[in-house]
Amino acid sequence: MTVTRRHLLLLLPSAAIAWKYLLAESPADSPNYNISEHWWGMLIDLTKCIGCGNCVRACQAENDVPDGYFRTWVERYHVTDYDIENPHVDSPDGGKQGFPPSNEKGGKNFFVPKLCNHCVDSPCTQVCPVGATFISPDGVVLIDQKYCLGCRYCIQACPYGCRFINPRKKVAEKCTLCYHRITKGLTTACCEACPTGARQLADLKNPNDPIHEFLKTHTVQILKPQMATHAKVFYNNLDGSVR
Amino acid sequence: MKDDLKDSGHLFRLAAVFVISGLVFVVLRAYLVPKSFGQYGHYRGNAITEAATRPPHYAGHQTCETCHGDILEKKKIGKHVRVNCEACHDPLTEHANDPASLQPAKLDVAFLCVRCHEANIARPKDFPQVASVEHSTGVPCNTCHQPHNPGIEGAQK
Repeated sequence: MTVTRRHLLLLLPSAAIAWKYLLAESPADSPNYNISEHWWGMLIDLTKCIGCGNCVRACQAENDVPDGYFRTWVERYHVTDYDIENPHVDSPDGGKQGFPPSNEKGGKNFFVPKLCNHCVDSPCTQVCPVGATFISPDGVVLIDQKYCLGCRYCIQACPYGCRFINPRKKVAEKCTLCYHRITKGLTTACCEACPTGARQLADLKNPNDPIHEFLKTHTVQILKPQMATHAKVFYNNLDGSVR
Repeated sequence: MKDDLKDSGHLFRLAAVFVISGLVFVVLRAYLVPKSFGQYGHYRGNAITEAATRPPHYAGHQTCETCHGDILEKKKIGKHVRVNCEACHDPLTEHANDPASLQPAKLDVAFLCVRCHEANIARPKDFPQVASVEHSTGVPCNTCHQPHNPGIEGAQK
């Protein structure tokens, strides 16, 4: 079919109406939440992680994450005695159903839960060509699903592999640090479901948050500090072999 | 002088085209760019509120404890004191909002306990773990251990 001038004239107003619908304004701010009074991060205590996969399942249930995709996942590391540079890492279905007994013998073995690091200098927000991903004033890296084109630049840019294209919505998706929960005074779904307290939501602007005492008294590291992302997910007792 | 301006009509026409396109651009921009764009930075401010307005699925242990204080008392004296309700019972906001509408399913103890307590080389050494086959020989865990206070002495109280 050829598009005639008549077709175009009919098409343009409907396109304009669609745009207006797309850009419609949305509900008001959450009450009792002052966006400038928070600076969110997370603490992950690897000495407490038992690899049960509760966090992965909780995240999927809370955020409707499609099967085979992960906003958070758990890796199992096996570092042999003589090869710390090349750890064996497995994560069957993201650790969602826990981990089968390991075949590995000896060496160093531990679990590492991973999620979006909510970097202060986040590479993903820097590369977004349309301003669809951004750092909110309370320090959470979010995605505007109405603006995202699904171009995948951010997926390539993230040094932690935390992003994916939602196969249903065809837009980029990742951990929002349960933004809909933390703005209501709840903790994240993964922290709520973690049975050992290995994951703890941290508000770095709250002087009474236990994170400050913890950071002072423990050996805390972030992932890939050489990338200068200034990540806000802090790992206690992080092994040098973790990538 | 007059000769210079003789053919100036096309200049005015060109200027008019520029002015009109500028106006069209300004009007279209005002129409198409959402009001909240630039509220906090180079993004749509309302995207933040949209992210914040989704309803939670996990009610949170504080909500559970408002009704189930008896369970809280049991948990307080046991080792599972810091295990939140929905870690085992799964997300139950629906139940919390209207307790009659959704009754939590009875849990499969055999499956649930080993998810955390089956011996695994990668688990922290100080975390209680058992090889379930040798430990219980198929007897359900809650024969001896009560999930809300799993110590054996707790079960006898």
